[in-house]
Amino acid sequence: MRLFVSEGAPGSLPVLAAARRAQGRAELLISTVGPEECVVPFLTQPKVPVLQLDNGNYLFSTSAICRYFFLLSGWEQDDLTNQWLEWEATELQPALSAALYYLVVQGKKGEDVLGPVRRALTHIDHSLSRRSCPFLAGETESLADIVLWGALYPLLQDPAYLPEELGALHSWFQTVSSQEPCQRAAETVLKQQGVLALRPYLQKQPQPSSLQGRAVSNEPEEEELATLSEEEIAMAVTAWEKGLGNLPPLRPPQNPVLPVAGERNVLITSALPYVNNVPHLGNIIGCVLSADVFARYSRLRQWNTLYLCGTDEYGTATETKAMEEGLTPQEICDKYHAIHADIYRWFNISFDIFGRTTTPQQTKITQDIFQRLFSRGFVLQDTVEQLRCEQCARFLADRFVEGVCPFCGYEEARGDQCDKCGKLINATELKKPQCKVCRSCPVVKSSQHLFLDLPKLEKRLEEWLENTLPGSDWTPNARFIIRSWLRDGLKPRCITRDLKWGTPVPLEGFEDKVFYVWFDATIGYLSITANYTDQWERWWKNPEQVSLYQFMAKDNVPFHGLVFPCSALGAEDNYTLVSHLIATEYLNYEDGKFSKSRGVGVFGDMAQDTGIPADIWRFYLLYIRPEGQDSAFSWTDMLLKNNSELLNNLGNFINRAGMFVSKFFGGYVPEMVLTSDDQRLLAHVTLELQHYHQLLEKVRIRDALRSILTISRHGNQYIQVNEPWKRIKGSEADRQRAGTVTGLAVNIAALLSVMLQPYMPTVSATIQAQLQLPPPACGILLTNFLCTLPAGHLIGTVSPLFQKLENDQIESLRQRFGGGQLEESLELKAKVSSKPAVGETVTATGPQQIQVLMDEVTKQGNIVRELKAQKADKNQVAAEVAKLLDLKKQLALAEGKPLETPKGKKKK
Amino acid sequence: MAAAAELTLLEKSLGLSKGNKYSAQGERQIPVLQTNNGPSLTGLTTIAAHLVKQANKEYLLGSTAEEKAIVQQWLEYRVTRVDGHSSKDDIHALLKDLNSYLEDKVYLTGYNFTLADILLYYGLHRFIVSIRVAGFFSVMFRMIFLS
Repeated sequence: MRLFVSEGAPGSLPVLAAARRAQGRAELLISTVGPEECVVPFLTQPKVPVLQLDNGNYLFSTSAICRYFFLLSGWEQDDLTNQWLEWEATELQPALSAALYYLVVQGKKGEDVLGPVRRALTHIDHSLSRRSCPFLAGETESLADIVLWGALYPLLQDPAYLPEELGALHSWFQTVSSQEPCQRAAETVLKQQGVLALRPYLQKQPQPSSLQGRAVSNEPEEEELATLSEEEIAMAVTAWEKGLGNLPPLRPPQNPVLPVAGERNVLITSALPYVNNVPHLGNIIGCVLSADVFARYSRLRQWNTLYLCGTDEYGTATETKAMEEGLTPQEICDKYHAIHADIYRWFNISFDIFGRTTTPQQTKITQDIFQRLFSRGFVLQDTVEQLRCEQCARFLADRFVEGVCPFCGYEEARGDQCDKCGKLINATELKKPQCKVCRSCPVVKSSQHLFLDLPKLEKRLEEWLENTLPGSDWTPNARFIIRSWLRDGLKPRCITRDLKWGTPVPLEGFEDKVFYVWFDATIGYLSITANYTDQWERWWKNPEQVSLYQFMAKDNVPFHGLVFPCSALGAEDNYTLVSHLIATEYLNYEDGKFSKSRGVGVFGDMAQDTGIPADIWRFYLLYIRPEGQDSAFSWTDMLLKNNSELLNNLGNFINRAGMFVSKFFGGYVPEMVLTSDDQRLLAHVTLELQHYHQLLEKVRIRDALRSILTISRHGNQYIQVNEPWKRIKGSEADRQRAGTVTGLAVNIAALLSVMLQPYMPTVSATIQAQLQLPPPACGILLTNFLCTLPAGHLIGTVSPLFQKLENDQIESLRQRFGGGQLEESLELKAKVSSKPAVGETVTATGPQQIQVLMDEVTKQGNIVRELKAQKADKNQVAAEVAKLLDLKKQLALAEGKPLETPKGKKKK
Repeated sequence: MAAAAELTLLEKSLGLSKGNKYSAQGERQIPVLQTNNGPSLTGLTTIAAHLVKQANKEYLLGSTAEEKAIVQQWLEYRVTRVDGHSSKDDIHALLKDLNSYLEDKVYLTGYNFTLADILLYYGLHRFIVSIRVAGFFSVMFRMIFLS
């Protein structure tokens, strides 16, 4: 038999590694062909590697070739191996070819590459750790290991693309890679050039189809209905029956909140917003709102929680703004601090403190840390060349210079950091620098400055990271950013500036200078706490008892994960360092970026004027939280999610459950006699609740929100199947059944109100008031589903929770805030006008409406089929199909099912 | 044809009496089979091969090492190329390739009818209309009627 390979074809890796199995069984000749040579006569597209068998037939599938070699060695096929190979071909390969294309052909890096494969890598990791076998299909290395190893090797051989938190994947990959045949295959194919060896081949390949027509997806991952064991059901029932008696007493509110020995003490910070920018939705979801959800969750767990934030007020930008508005910097800060505080109050952010950085405490603590660093030899002095704008007669702060990025060539790089490649820049390195204020070209002048000696602290930092990262909940992007910084090596960073508006430098010869904001902004967390309580050191110099969670967008990771820890480690004062660094990706607006100058996007203060309640904003922003990948705010999507998930799913369920209690049982929760079906539902809800806890403990805020919606979907189905509104009119047994279903449903609604509290605090309080949920049950969330509304409990007045968002309302908001394409809005209007009459009646969704819609769908389906059978005019068919799709959509909405939005140009 | 319906059809033609229940997973609605003794199985061809073994008709998976590898290759082709096609041109190209492969063969492995023929037939079923229009896919036709 003859094996055809091509230089740099990734398929050669597993094939060569597997070929050893066939040694001595058959003679194998290897021929190298060009990447575009058609070896297989019946295939139109070139394909390598290919194995020509002795009878003339061809194996052109990489897995099939490997399988053949294994079969020759006497190996027997099994289900688990088949399953892995099918998964490899259908799931892993499309994701992997996209990642390799980005990396090798397009030269992208980081999350762009890792993003497409992350889910697949996690799947492998979970399977390995769940089965606790060293290999994919058992105790020994086998076909599945070779095929997956070969597919993954080009990417994972670079440690930057082997996420550390995937421990099981890590050790599996190392084990397989160290096998001799694999080592040899890797050397032959990659020739020690790493992934670049694949370049000549991949460049000649068509763009992977998985890349085409891919849009940012806000859609949830699939929900699997887990299988339940008898024990799980029994445990869920026991917990349920204990009811309110299971709840511990509510923790009385403390002021100030201080750490308590022996308890879980959670300190939460949100990145400090810069004072003179009004935050946009991306800022809000990236820091304050995400941190708020976690803080509220943490309090529901009865953990001792302190959540703080504040405005970052020093720096040139404030000075400039003050000049513009004819105020002093302090007055500007006072004014904008109030604007920020108002916005966050409107969004219902539950800060324990919302402080600011321009306080005497800030000066005291910053100077203390500096003195400690200075006396320990971690501060260097050097002459700096700095950009000075002669026209404005001042040194330009980094963010006041723009130019071409020296690393990636991006044209609008800021003086401190490039928005495109994310690298930190020294302003003088910018090509074609421009003063951002007057657009003239600044000149370079020199002056004396102080530097933090990061190279000297690097070793301590690495030791600390080694102890902190494993087992922590640092987000993958944060780990990645820190790792790439350390790989490039740390350099001394300048910590002083020629400015007045800042923390004074306590050193002779530096009287007219202040600290650079990025040195002292992160110290703001400490000083804000110090303004809250004089015992602030119990939080900040107490790493043994305090878990510190810091929330931010990914551009802030270097300062929190690297620079501040270096300062704190160098100061040697037992500071509390970040245990969990939670960084989001970016949120885009419609198809572009938020832009204050172009007036595109929604900013914090404007959200209030839209007439949409804060909780709806919170819900939607959290639903699309850029967790793991960038996401996009879209008006149309917001309307859909409000109308389908909130109105028709969650709101509909909670409202119906409460209404049944009011209407059929006079407001008293009826007796519940659980059947085995009800017990299964209890167990499913418990399982989903536990899933919610697992996710939130890992700060996977967006995913945990899906659990809430899943429970209410279960609830809706439960009501729909059991039809309590019919049974209540039936026999004694029927009425008892109606009571059980209603009682269980209203208890699920009560549970949902607590789970919802971190996300939608106002709606949660409304539900709890409607149900008259007892106070301990409102303030504590256990890992088990309890009966908190026992039989005989009297509920309050039930009313609808959500309002429908209308197309024209959303359309006018979209126009007001810019963004979105003209075509798109035209299309939307067209849709609105051609909507069939039945569409407008589906606001309240009883079973009757659903039935009406189902009939309509069937009818319309028949019309379409008939037309198609008659080979009718294309346009006519298309029009009828459009009607059918619209009806199906309405039906889905009415049933509270998630909408299937068309993705790409996939058919069927 | 939904994957579950296809597997039920396969069960019948294999003479398996006890009907299995299938759930579907994810955007592509991948079938999942919950087995009595052990973990669930995921994926159309994985479950199909499992059913064949259950029915004691292993010969449908190929008899020699070579045949076994070829059967699995075409099963993979079915789930990646036939199910994963993205355009009319794609369908055209794959039908043309298949046609030229089958020029000198009765079945995908040569002379023996296997699971690969069954699943490829099921997978291609929905293109039959276009085959009729295209006219010249005589070999495909033969395959479809023989099976």
